[in-house]
Amino acid sequence: MQPIVVQHIHKSFGSVKALHDISFTVEEGELFGLIGPDGAGKSTLFRILATLLLADKGNAYVNGSDVVKDYRSVRRHVGYMPGRFSLYQDLTIAENLNFFATIFSTSVEENYELIRDIYEQIAPFKDRPAGKLSGGMKQKLALCCALVHKPRVLFLDEPTTGVDPVSRQEFWEMLKRLKSKGIPILVSTPYMDEAMLCDKVALIQKGEIMQINTPAAIVAGFGRQVWAVRAKNMYHLLKDIRAFEGTHSCFAFGEFLHVTLDTDESALQKYLRPLQHEDLVIRPAQPGIEDSFMQLMLEQNETT
Amino acid sequence: MRTIFFILQKEFLQIFRNRSMLPIIFVVPVVQLLVLSFAANYEIKNLTVDIIDQDGSTWSRQLRDKLLASDYFSLYRQTYDPKEAYNDLAMDRADLVLTIPPHFERDLVREDEASLQMMVNAINGSKAGLAAGYASSIIGSFNRQIRLDWLALDEDNGPARIAVDFRYWYNPDMNYKYFMVPGILGVLVTLIGGFLSGMNIVKEKEMGTIEQLNVTPIRKFHFITGKLLPFWIIALFELAFGLLVGKLVFGLPVVGNIGWVFLYAAVYLLAILGLGLLISTFTDTQQQSMFISWFFLIIFILMGGLFTPVESMPEWAQQITLFNPAAYFIKVIRMVMLKGSGWEDIRYYFGIMFVFAAVINGVAIWNYRKTV
Repeated sequence: MQPIVVQHIHKSFGSVKALHDISFTVEEGELFGLIGPDGAGKSTLFRILATLLLADKGNAYVNGSDVVKDYRSVRRHVGYMPGRFSLYQDLTIAENLNFFATIFSTSVEENYELIRDIYEQIAPFKDRPAGKLSGGMKQKLALCCALVHKPRVLFLDEPTTGVDPVSRQEFWEMLKRLKSKGIPILVSTPYMDEAMLCDKVALIQKGEIMQINTPAAIVAGFGRQVWAVRAKNMYHLLKDIRAFEGTHSCFAFGEFLHVTLDTDESALQKYLRPLQHEDLVIRPAQPGIEDSFMQLMLEQNETT
Repeated sequence: MRTIFFILQKEFLQIFRNRSMLPIIFVVPVVQLLVLSFAANYEIKNLTVDIIDQDGSTWSRQLRDKLLASDYFSLYRQTYDPKEAYNDLAMDRADLVLTIPPHFERDLVREDEASLQMMVNAINGSKAGLAAGYASSIIGSFNRQIRLDWLALDEDNGPARIAVDFRYWYNPDMNYKYFMVPGILGVLVTLIGGFLSGMNIVKEKEMGTIEQLNVTPIRKFHFITGKLLPFWIIALFELAFGLLVGKLVFGLPVVGNIGWVFLYAAVYLLAILGLGLLISTFTDTQQQSMFISWFFLIIFILMGGLFTPVESMPEWAQQITLFNPAAYFIKVIRMVMLKGSGWEDIRYYFGIMFVFAAVINGVAIWNYRKTV
């Protein structure tokens, strides 16, 4: 049985199409990433799967239970971590955890094995109110609370947004360990680097899935040579390269511009030389998943 | 049932951890009872009066002395010049201006009739009414006296007159605190039971915790019960606490069986908690909920017979008070405590309150079901 099955889900808010024909499945023990920018519809999808929102069209099954008809069974067996911190800020870590354990008719001790790794990191602060924790600790607590009833599926909506890079890395380590315990995880993130850590990702933009594949396959499927270009004045460089007729795409990636060309590289060199950019560097680069995302986004924009 | 218990446990933990909650429960009733009961005073003393005595006769002086001999009036200015007195009235220095016209005594003797002019500053309606009332009754008694004096009749032989003697039943000393305290308790119970509970539910929405809570086996029924029950308990405790303060500080009499007060409060709270729930279904933030609650609270208080009797309202306003649960509560609590009413007297009000509770909760739950 596939733990998460989503079939042709549509959802609109008024005239805004939040989700359009979303379909995918998550296999046993898979870490599945929904990758997309803010406003792509990720949270809406999570809320539908968590039985908090009704889809306009389409079906979704979690552990084989229909999220509409068997919502009670779904609620009992999923661990859901909303995008916004949703625990009681005026209760302590221990009180929050106990509360969520008891309403699932279990206890922290009973499933301690599952949360031990994570809980031990925040245990020194267990008598501190949740509202007074740092962002990273809040996320760990939220994950503990989502796990305390030993869910069969885990939904994590942007768990690392607003968390520092070290905590983000730790968090993904924890997800890997949970995955190794056989819990399928659906996670969303706006960070492309995190996409590489998933088993499979769905790239989502404007409510539509652009591609579903393993991160490696998505990168491999990027057919073009990427050039990393740098100069002293990046803004002028970006404008100049975008004005060049042989440019296919040009986006800023950290300290470099990633450029794909319809012509070869020497034509770009020739074009840029008279424009007198200082410290100009042009070198080949490995395409990343972000390049694929930008590429797909461009294609999607062209078709609509 | 176990689920409800865990929610209750969590609620009490949060309520007592809330810094403003304990003061609300213990300080607010004491302060309100002490301050409001003393300040919301219907007895008005030391009204200032300007007297324009243009007659300057024996009788006009007698009238003046009689007026000032009472506790109610103190002389601000005596003058011959009306302008001065009008100015005092305009400047709010005098509450009342009594004009005794020239030839007051002569007219009284010759024509058997004399007139006086009384002007009352009605910026404060109830004060003006009382000032006019006190002054009229003093002038009336002065009038009787001079008739007797002038006709030189002895009192037993004089013309027949009707003397009205009265007693205030259920509150013989007309101690306004006895009816203010139960009313204020009614307001407090309403405040805690209805409005804090509504805000508490909205808080879950505002903080987003409802999102997490909904993806658990908690049913709506559990949630609502767990949310409302603490305030039902706290409000009843508040009533007991307030009654105790009333008893200790004001020697509040409890003529009837205090059990009826609590039983009625228990039912009244069902209706009010339902109102809190209803407000929470319409609002998304505590601020919105507070403003709507405040709107209802003001109507409940001002149209509840706490400060002004329902019977003296215009007909349409009286019709509105029929839909004000707080009015029934204030009425019943006064009936039981001051008059000693029992089941026979208040069962009609029990019936009404049950209908209120059923209707409000029905609408609230129906409306709540539509939300996630």
